[in-house]
Amino acid sequence: MSIDLKTIKHISRLSRISVDELKAEKLASDLNSIFDFIEKLNELNTDKVEPLTSVAETTLKLRTDEVKSNNIREQIIKNSPEDNKDFFVVPKVVE
Amino acid sequence: MSDITSQSLTSLVKNIKEKKLSSEDVTKAFVIRSEKSNELNSYISEDFSNALNKAIKFDEKPNLDLKLPGIPMAVKDLFCTKNTRTTAGSKILEYFVPTYESTVTQNLWDEGAILLGKLNCDEFAMGSSNETSFYGNVQNPVDKGLVPGGSSGGSAAAVSGQLTPITIGTDTGGSIRQPASFTGTVGLKPTYGSCSRYGIVAFASSLDQAGPMAQNVEDCALLLEVISSYDIKDSTSIDFKRNQYSKELTKNIKGKKIGIPKEYRVDGMPKEIEELWQKGIDYAKDCGAEIVDISLPHTSYALPTYYIVAPAEASSNLARYDGVKYGFRARGENLIDMYEKTRSEGFGAEVQRRIMIGTYVLSSGYYDAYYLKAQKVRKLIKNDFDEAYKKVDAILTPSTPSSAFKIGEKKGDPVSMYLNDIFTVPVNLAGLPAISIPAGHDVAGYPLGLQIIGKAFKEQEILNFAYAMEDKINFKRKIKDWWIK
Repeated sequence: MSIDLKTIKHISRLSRISVDELKAEKLASDLNSIFDFIEKLNELNTDKVEPLTSVAETTLKLRTDEVKSNNIREQIIKNSPEDNKDFFVVPKVVE
Repeated sequence: MSDITSQSLTSLVKNIKEKKLSSEDVTKAFVIRSEKSNELNSYISEDFSNALNKAIKFDEKPNLDLKLPGIPMAVKDLFCTKNTRTTAGSKILEYFVPTYESTVTQNLWDEGAILLGKLNCDEFAMGSSNETSFYGNVQNPVDKGLVPGGSSGGSAAAVSGQLTPITIGTDTGGSIRQPASFTGTVGLKPTYGSCSRYGIVAFASSLDQAGPMAQNVEDCALLLEVISSYDIKDSTSIDFKRNQYSKELTKNIKGKKIGIPKEYRVDGMPKEIEELWQKGIDYAKDCGAEIVDISLPHTSYALPTYYIVAPAEASSNLARYDGVKYGFRARGENLIDMYEKTRSEGFGAEVQRRIMIGTYVLSSGYYDAYYLKAQKVRKLIKNDFDEAYKKVDAILTPSTPSSAFKIGEKKGDPVSMYLNDIFTVPVNLAGLPAISIPAGHDVAGYPLGLQIIGKAFKEQEILNFAYAMEDKINFKRKIKDWWIK
């Protein structure tokens, strides 16, 4: 298998990571060597194997949905990069 | 009294309880040594003056019933600490100050421990050499220019260099055990579900576990006892009866069956690793254990499986870093452009690589071929262990395929870097507990480790085994304090 530059551009779009030409070429070469290594899995026939989604063999527990932290809005907003007061500010979305 | 910073945790606790040392004495000693150790670059954030104040406050009204009474310690910068910056080794979280505390660190403070600072690690715990950290690489105290391993590299270096008596790390594919092995220290990855993941910056949620790192097995047992707890805030936390690991620790492993998996004898394994393993087998026999040859037939598929599962989960976990709610934001022409530039400038090369692998294997048309396939092989790997554990109580292997390498040596070649985790990754895929203990030195005098893998929830068993082996091995750390200013 070979990952070409067009595929890299597509993945970078899906990943929301911008790449320029130089970076795309480096990524293509890295990803190709990693996927060559991953291809080894195709040696195995897994048609009759159930996928393992979690090693913790327990059912998820339910708990009451309660408010435990009050009045922390200001502290949380403080971590955002813009000088926000009551909301998270993002670039204009609707014209 | 011997030098404070060279004492084990157990001995410090004893001295504080017997009032031979105060928390201030101990904290001051570690702060002074840490301040002289900038060249190791172990810390990302220091919290020394707060630590000293807390120690003085502890001494005013000491509660000596606690398990870590006034013990200062630094922790990996992947654990959220309330009101103390938490970066995960990334530029994107450079100014992130959590509004909450991780359960594992809360458990430490509840038992009397005092935070010294936050320790360097690979960015988002993705790396095996601590070279992917935005805050620079860490020097291994063993020798200048040597990596400490990763991702808990700052943690391992800090324990090995005696900047902290103990620490906690996280282990997704070997990130506690490999650096412990590279620095001549002890590191344990608990069973998945044993330590809460609440408040730990997430990498690969089905693999991540927090665990103790220490100078010896006894300290490791005590620390595990403190951090392991059932937690309602982590939906994968498991409610099982936890042992009093340090109190129940015994060197009696007579009649225990130890498995030796033939598949771990990999091609091109250095002779000294082979010899170390053989030495380990002999020590186990000396301790009265019975050696059993076993087979884990899918071992060679573990790394390829890991490099699908871990990046897939990471790509999803790291989607939250979009320049809106946390720290770093790059300017963009519109919202999408802002996201893309923020992530391109905020994440380092290895993190970007893994997000892109993960996005690709989960993308339309490739999901079945890669992600589903990997989950199926993961099942086969777990089945291998289940079969083996019908015959044995624990499994003995080398921790790593080599000793610590030079800074820069493997940086350009991701696959060669990934091969470092060949012996540790299968354990995470199967959710098992495992410990790495120092067991010898290579020709250059660099430490080498042995790994003991246990059945799920049998941490006590591997600790006992390690405790018995440690006694026979009688490992001496050869550290010359070359970095002290």
